[in-house]
Amino acid sequence: MVTDSAYLIPLFPLLAFVINIFFGKKVGKRSAGISIAASAVSFAISLPLVMKVASTGAVYQNAFDWLALDGYTVRMGYLLDPLSATILFMVTLVGTLIQIYSMGYMHDDPRFSRFFAYVSLFMFAMLTLVISNNYMLFFMSWEIMGLCSYLLIGFWFEKNSAANASKKAFLTTRVGDIGLFLGILTLFVAIGTLNFDGLGDAVKSQAQNALLPWAMVLIFCGAIGKSGQFPLHVWLPDAMEGPTPVSALIHAATMVAAGVYLVARSFPLLEACPQAMTVVATVGTITAFMAAFIALTATDIKKVLAYSTVSQLGYMVTALGLGGLAAGTFHLTTHAFFKALLFMGAGSVIHGTGTQDIRELGGLFGKMKSTAWTFLIASLAIAGVPPLSGFWSKDEILLTAYRSESSLIYWILILTSFMTAFYMFRLVFLTFFGKPRNPKIHAHESPLSMTLPLWVLAVGAIVMGLPGSPFMHHWYQNFIHGFHHQGHHEVNIGVMISSVIVGLGGISLAFILYILKPLLAETLTKVFRPLHTASLNKLWFDEFYVACLIRPFHWLGRIMFGFDQKVVDGAVNGTGRGTMFTSVIHDLFDKYVVDGLVNFTGYFTQFWSAVIRRIQTGFVQNYMLIMFVSVLIFMYLELR
Amino acid sequence: MIIPLEHILMFSTLLFAIGVYGTLVRRNLIGILISIELILNAVNVNLVAFSRTTALSPDTGQIFTFFVIALAAAAAAVGLAIVLALYRTSRTIFTD
Amino acid sequence: MTELTFIAQLGIYAMMFVVLAAAVAAVTLRNLFHCALALAGVLIGVAGMYLAMHAEFLAMVQILIYVGAVMTLIIFAIMLTQRLGAGDVAQNNKQSLFGAVAAAGFVVTLGGILWKTPWPVKEEAVTSSFSASDLGESLMTTYVLPFEIIAIVLFAVLIGAIVVARKDAPKGAEQ
Repeated sequence: MVTDSAYLIPLFPLLAFVINIFFGKKVGKRSAGISIAASAVSFAISLPLVMKVASTGAVYQNAFDWLALDGYTVRMGYLLDPLSATILFMVTLVGTLIQIYSMGYMHDDPRFSRFFAYVSLFMFAMLTLVISNNYMLFFMSWEIMGLCSYLLIGFWFEKNSAANASKKAFLTTRVGDIGLFLGILTLFVAIGTLNFDGLGDAVKSQAQNALLPWAMVLIFCGAIGKSGQFPLHVWLPDAMEGPTPVSALIHAATMVAAGVYLVARSFPLLEACPQAMTVVATVGTITAFMAAFIALTATDIKKVLAYSTVSQLGYMVTALGLGGLAAGTFHLTTHAFFKALLFMGAGSVIHGTGTQDIRELGGLFGKMKSTAWTFLIASLAIAGVPPLSGFWSKDEILLTAYRSESSLIYWILILTSFMTAFYMFRLVFLTFFGKPRNPKIHAHESPLSMTLPLWVLAVGAIVMGLPGSPFMHHWYQNFIHGFHHQGHHEVNIGVMISSVIVGLGGISLAFILYILKPLLAETLTKVFRPLHTASLNKLWFDEFYVACLIRPFHWLGRIMFGFDQKVVDGAVNGTGRGTMFTSVIHDLFDKYVVDGLVNFTGYFTQFWSAVIRRIQTGFVQNYMLIMFVSVLIFMYLELR
Repeated sequence: MIIPLEHILMFSTLLFAIGVYGTLVRRNLIGILISIELILNAVNVNLVAFSRTTALSPDTGQIFTFFVIALAAAAAAVGLAIVLALYRTSRTIFTD
Repeated sequence: MTELTFIAQLGIYAMMFVVLAAAVAAVTLRNLFHCALALAGVLIGVAGMYLAMHAEFLAMVQILIYVGAVMTLIIFAIMLTQRLGAGDVAQNNKQSLFGAVAAAGFVVTLGGILWKTPWPVKEEAVTSSFSASDLGESLMTTYVLPFEIIAIVLFAVLIGAIVVARKDAPKGAEQ
């Protein structure tokens, strides 16, 4: 088949991984080049395929038999439909750019080539996941991505905090992964197939099956874990311990997007289960609001961005939960661009100033021009200022919410947009404007290898929204549904106006509080003290988990250990004592019985010999007597 | 025979028993020899009694008796010679 | 005749009793000399028994040899070895009880058997006679071998006794 080159897409990053991991020491700094080259090749291969799908909206797939079971054959292969084409394009492009950026960022790191090996492995997994045609292959690459996340978050494992963060990330996503696996199994039991293609038909034929909602909810658990939804969002902020390129790649653009992609892929299933949709939408909304709330008071650049990611993912999940496949995936794509840009910008700031705490920064606009400008563009995008990409995608989501049955969700999302704009520009104003708060910091701009990708992504952040905008007649929304319904896409001016107002309002408030009247911020803090404390403490999620889950487990572990020790030691001691005891008995027995026997033998012999000795008296008359008596006896016996 | 055979046999048995008692019990060497003579005599009486009553020819028992007497005499002679010799060396004729 | 027979029986039973009494005396008396005399009594009594059993020649031979020669020999030996003053030494050794029991047992056993056995008493044996000339004849014809052997035995005994009893006989002392 002509699209079989899709098989090659994940292959090149895999090769790069193999080379970098085994010959890392030998290739040294060239490992970056190998990795970037592989990624770029993947992009080059995928581009024609994407074009092909984009032009026709057709679906291309191919598969080979992988595991023949009784009654069902698992077939592995690729599936290129509008959804996978979109994500494929986004992943390869952003991935390549981030790798170019990290070449400069990780320049002085001793484990340079290993970093790129891990990143290539991750690219391999992500690309396989994107083009996979069934849940099994999807799950396998999902797990590999989890591994890469663990390896990359804990890349600087000498830091205790990094090691703990990577462990936390892995374990938390694991909880979600269990749900996902159970969901896959349940789905298989319900409809008998694991292929994405034909999922809709299979689901419709089993529409009354009570297992389907369960399957969907369980599958969604995987998304909760991987995409950092409430209540498994706790790992994402801590994952910022990893190098910034990692944060950009994995925790902004791609891996966390995989969860949303999962839900999008399962969309036919989702649509068939209204209860599941409610669950999804609820979780998404809570996540979006909660994360934005915490981001209001965060002081670490990367933490603000992490919570922002969580919040935006909440948006996407809400959209999908309300039936807006186009809205959710559209936002996914645009978010990848501006969030990656934001992270890379933050990395640039860290690289240039050596600190992540925004309370120490300020006035960087003049010193780091490229970084500042691109960061500003991305912030405008995320705040939803037209005509940047973020506005169009967020507007789609708000529209979906507005049109849904629940107006509560719409108002919460509007409020969250306000908060989003506010905290983003709080970050911008505190970091780049005003006077530098720490005189010791001498900021300098980052090298070209880092700033060039920033500009490329900035361009993307600006224009990526256009395909879904009225300017292109909502091409994207039609495209995502395979150009099936060519109907008019309604545009609600009211929603658009309200989202613009809200965005600008947030920016203005941030401007007031952080540029014009900084003292006002403090006053507001005092006034809203309880809320402020709640936000500052991240709503005490970590403390809650530690108290309810971690501590009991540790306690249980200690008990087990103590028990184990007592039992094992007890057994060993008992054996020792038992042996000693039996040996004492044995000794006694040996002494008395054996010696006794020997003594007895001697005594016995002596006794009998003493007795028998008496016969030999030496007295002839004795002998005669005995002879006579014997004769007498014989005589008696014979002659009786 | 005037006396029934059983009586004579009983008599000789008693004599024999007395003689045996004597050989077993006497501490004196010569006393033992005397007892032996008793035994032999009892035997002789037995022989003669039988030859007189149940034997085919009457001379068998008597001839036998002659020889027994002769041998008894010989035994006594030798025994007493030994006693004399013994007395010379150990100055006692007591067996224990 | 029956009275005569009765008196004869009585006399013979009396003689038996005397002989047994003398035998008991012979084995139990303390004084050795008295024992020897008792033995003589026994021998004479036995000769009397022979007479009762119509073995006259044998009775004579008994008296001649036993009472005449053997008794003399015994008395000689007693005289030579006995210190006549020592007569109060215990005569019986430790086995007296056992010996008595054994002897009694013997009597009981054999006596019982004898009494119960039906002896084939032959009339011609009872009534046959045996004279000295018959004895000499059978001794020289039928029993000539034992006769010669006994002669040799007596000869050997003669020499042996002399050798053993010699005063400076090395054979006696060596043993």
